[in-house]
Amino acid sequence: MHLTKEERQVLDGKEGRGRQKAMEILETLGDIFEAKALIPIRSAQVSGVSYKNLGDAGLEFIDDLAKDCKVSVTTTLNPAGVDLERWKEMGVDKGFFEKQDAVIKAYSKLGILPSCSCTPYYDVNVPNMGDHLAWGESSAVCYVNSVLGARTNREGGPSALAAAIIGKTPEYGFHLSANRRAAVMIEVENGIKDLAALGYFVGANIGERVPYFKGIDPKTPLEALKPLCAALAASGSVALFHVEGITPEAKTALKGLKAQELETIHVDLADTQETAAKLSTTKGPVELIAIGCPHLSPAELNKVASILMGKKPRPNGPKLWVCTSKVSRNKAKSAVAIIEKFGLVLCDTCMVVSPIEGLFSSTATNSAKAAHYLVKDGYGNQKVRYGTLEEVLSLI
Amino acid sequence: MKLEGRRLTMKKGSSVPIEGELVKSDGPISFLGDVDFRSGTINDRKNNLYGQTIKDKVFAFPMGKGSTVGSYIMYRLRKNGCAPLAIINTRSETIVAVGAVISDIPLLDRIDLGKLCTGQRLRIIGGKVEVL
Repeated sequence: MHLTKEERQVLDGKEGRGRQKAMEILETLGDIFEAKALIPIRSAQVSGVSYKNLGDAGLEFIDDLAKDCKVSVTTTLNPAGVDLERWKEMGVDKGFFEKQDAVIKAYSKLGILPSCSCTPYYDVNVPNMGDHLAWGESSAVCYVNSVLGARTNREGGPSALAAAIIGKTPEYGFHLSANRRAAVMIEVENGIKDLAALGYFVGANIGERVPYFKGIDPKTPLEALKPLCAALAASGSVALFHVEGITPEAKTALKGLKAQELETIHVDLADTQETAAKLSTTKGPVELIAIGCPHLSPAELNKVASILMGKKPRPNGPKLWVCTSKVSRNKAKSAVAIIEKFGLVLCDTCMVVSPIEGLFSSTATNSAKAAHYLVKDGYGNQKVRYGTLEEVLSLI
Repeated sequence: MKLEGRRLTMKKGSSVPIEGELVKSDGPISFLGDVDFRSGTINDRKNNLYGQTIKDKVFAFPMGKGSTVGSYIMYRLRKNGCAPLAIINTRSETIVAVGAVISDIPLLDRIDLGKLCTGQRLRIIGGKVEVL
């Protein structure tokens, strides 16, 4: 990869050890993926925030880095392991909170906004069509690429951080128009409503290829594509998809491709129903109902509240966690008041990255992504009951 | 025997030879879970190197896999004085490459690991590997 004179000086350590390491990361990735040059980015989203995932290894690295450098573009943070204000109500111990707090302080020292959300694209970090970005968090990557038409690869924590510090990223992968075209055609049968199960089924079948969806109702609100993004990026490594009649690059996604060149996968209702059934490992009662993977928008908080209205909490019923960002929570105060009669509306965190394995043993969720991670041995350790939002909330 | 690959990290001063003993994993490595960061011991029972250490060895494996936290585990190995002397891959990917950068571990890829076996003494100069 070609570096400019200024970039080479950073690599030589003329601007300090932190920036030198960041440039080395970018240069190495550029070499591996055969990028020609670095390009400026407009923003970054850093994953690898929960102490559950980072451990002392990650904390030590971020602490060291924060000693002599700062980010140079708008940079936001993924969810942490706890609600930083209400960790006691979650039942998390003080030791975990203190480590998590140290992680957030180190990231803040680097100049990163402690937004702690996987949906910063709603408010604090809003990309535009065509913007080059360096984002981690697989569901957000999939959303900003596909729904907003911004351009980012699937970054890991350290590579997003390196790009944020330098303000640039190697130009390869989804930064290049040629790689944003469709690679596989997905024909969706009419009447499929569970887009999370659809995404989970498709992701498991296509790996990291770019799918082009036909047959999804063009009146589907953009927000309803969010569970599709999260699921495609959990069972597969999908970073970008197109939906005919909805997403901004769908019109150009097939340009220069002949229909017969594309493999076509037909998805019928039975496929998504079977997928939904497999995401559950229990049909019995659960200790926790967890909603909000990805974080809920104000409109989605209102929807949860409207479903709960008229219900009454049972004395020995399951606990409820509804996960969102601080901004969304503040925008939907009346919905939050209704939901909190039944449980907690948590900010800064989510069920996937929280130390849930020490708190509960069974969880119901409407997120295919959450179901995927929560069930894993040695990670979430949960018996999982998957269903639609209405089904899951009926367990209250 | 000499093999020629691609040098990805610690390029500066890479003309100074690195000499060490090889340990080779037949399968891909996830540093999170497969390697004990306190000792450098391989603790994945399914791995052919189970129970052996990578500390101060030339560590060869086809490619990285698993969680991106693996990069930070490599950093922790370095801090604990248990980092490998160098890493050789068939094909390097992001997790191991980033881990090698932040942990100052020389990394080479595009080497045919079929020609190497555990116990050999190697000399590495730049992107070249010589079996001594």
